[in-house]
Amino acid sequence: MPVMSYADAAKLAVAEAMRDDPTVWCVGEDLGRGGVFKQYTGLVEEFGPQRISDAPISEAAIMGAAFGAAMAGTRPIVEMRFADFALCATDELVNQIAKARFMFGGQSRAPMVIRKPMGMWRSSAAQHSQSLESWYTHIPGLVVCCPATPQDNYSMMKAAIACDDPVVYLEHKNIWAHEGEVDPTKAVDFGKAALRRSGRDVTLVSWSQTANLCVEAADVLARQGIGAEVIDLRSLWPWDKAEVFDSVRKTGRLLVAHEAVSVAGFGAEVVATVAQNIPMKTLPKRLGSPRGLIAYAPNLEDQMRVTAPMIARAAQEMMENEPA
Amino acid sequence: MNLTNFDQDAGLRRLHMMERIRAFEETARRAAIDEELVLGAIHLSIGQEAVATGIIENLRRDDYILSTHRGHGHTLAKGADADAMMKELLGREGGCCGGKGGSMHIADFGVRMLGANGVVGANITIAAGAAHGIKLLGGDQIVVCFFGDGASNRGPFLEGVNWAGVFNLPILFVCEDNQYSASTLTSDMTSGNIADRARALGLRTTEADGNDVTSLAATAAEITARIRETGTPEFLMAKTYRISGHTYFDPATYRPEGEAERMQATTCPIARLRETLAEAGVSTDELDGLAQDARAEMDRALDAARDAPWPANETAFADVQDIGSPLKEAF
Repeated sequence: MPVMSYADAAKLAVAEAMRDDPTVWCVGEDLGRGGVFKQYTGLVEEFGPQRISDAPISEAAIMGAAFGAAMAGTRPIVEMRFADFALCATDELVNQIAKARFMFGGQSRAPMVIRKPMGMWRSSAAQHSQSLESWYTHIPGLVVCCPATPQDNYSMMKAAIACDDPVVYLEHKNIWAHEGEVDPTKAVDFGKAALRRSGRDVTLVSWSQTANLCVEAADVLARQGIGAEVIDLRSLWPWDKAEVFDSVRKTGRLLVAHEAVSVAGFGAEVVATVAQNIPMKTLPKRLGSPRGLIAYAPNLEDQMRVTAPMIARAAQEMMENEPA
Repeated sequence: MNLTNFDQDAGLRRLHMMERIRAFEETARRAAIDEELVLGAIHLSIGQEAVATGIIENLRRDDYILSTHRGHGHTLAKGADADAMMKELLGREGGCCGGKGGSMHIADFGVRMLGANGVVGANITIAAGAAHGIKLLGGDQIVVCFFGDGASNRGPFLEGVNWAGVFNLPILFVCEDNQYSASTLTSDMTSGNIADRARALGLRTTEADGNDVTSLAATAAEITARIRETGTPEFLMAKTYRISGHTYFDPATYRPEGEAERMQATTCPIARLRETLAEAGVSTDELDGLAQDARAEMDRALDAARDAPWPANETAFADVQDIGSPLKEAF
């Protein structure tokens, strides 16, 4: 099975989809030179500048024009460069794209993939580091996904391009170079989580890069005799409640970890939904960033990080603090 | 008016379309005020009917238009069904958007009217994108994007018009200048000149009397033919005047006293065309007949809408998205 990076896995998916369907095209700043993270390198040579289209620094127009082109019969892949910059196109995404199908009584679709590289990437400071995935889960009409591995970045990109709904596709900037095996025949459905580790004692729920940190934490916990089950949600809307419920029924303990600010993060949604449905042995816990801003200086930036040791410690505490 | 080349049949067709637009809106206003049948805000284009009529008559059925919150006229002129539109304004089953959009989101994709828009200026980038889609797919359609003078002060104006220029797209931007941004005189809040902004972005720009449907239609015929031929975007400033308030319930007391009445008396596009047709020898009876016909059509549309049921409750959850049901997945 081929081994490739998280960035190349998505690129392969895009290239295959573009070969299969001439209406698929990509648009964003700097794509003709491979994109700011080189996740489009080589595509303009194969598909030409019309289908791997450069764009002015006009996020609202990139999003809005791609939407218009989607309604006219194409399937655009929109590159927002940084998730932070996508905020310049919020009206286009939230008021237009997400609502068009409903407002127009089902007359239109917006089959679009909106790529928004997210998350902390060393010393990128407050405007190039955010994790805003929970915002989009709040908007009916959007699919939201956060792949954490090369395999998922391949398979979910394929699913996103094939989907007739607009998909907010959040790739984590810190793991572009992560390598892993990619099976091109493997499909992933939205709303189907990945069981990354099995365990009987505590359920760790996460997504994006933090899911990988949960796997690290589970390996540490295993050496201490604690069986942590790691569920990588992969997509947040829809999210795989059945898998999480089944796991928490087994373990009786739930810890949700994410990089985003804890307050009103998607962890709150997961914890609340599980608490409404499944009796637990201990109080559930969520772990996210303090409600602070991400700084430039590495030591200040680290104050906002959720790390593998923090996840492991929180899980240990849940085991220790169990009521008699 | 010089009647040498006046096309009387075209004049009668245009008068009928303008009367239909006016009658649709007056009927809707009456339904709102007298019967409380139209529940949300509606924005009337009374006085602006020539812009929709004169421009859209040059389009094919498969050409696209995008409109604004003041979009009944554009939608009717593109060929949408008045019955379905009236039902939409009343929020009823059989409305062109199933009662989900109302006046501000009226759309008829069957005639390639890709939607009114509740956000000023938001349709400009979307329209540029529809033209981008046509170009990518190798089509020969064109797009007309209508927006108001106020929209030229929003960022998407710059981004969308620049986009059309950069990618050389088959689109006509029509700034329908009714002189008011809601209750604010647009000139008070606009630095420089809107047409100059389009010129600065490299678009061939034409300024026209938006209340003279005869000359506007001829100008639009030339422009749309050129866009179809060259695939190059252009810009049209159509000067008009909003005789009604911003919404149907806006008394528009912010305007100088007598302004609307004076403008109606001197510039109303329907009155002006009637005058020309009368000069050309059309009888008052025939002219009145067109208005009566339009009013009768819209009365029937209102009757049908009044009798139509509300949409089924479960449609509130339909057509949100394919992936992730709004009910099943949410709790």
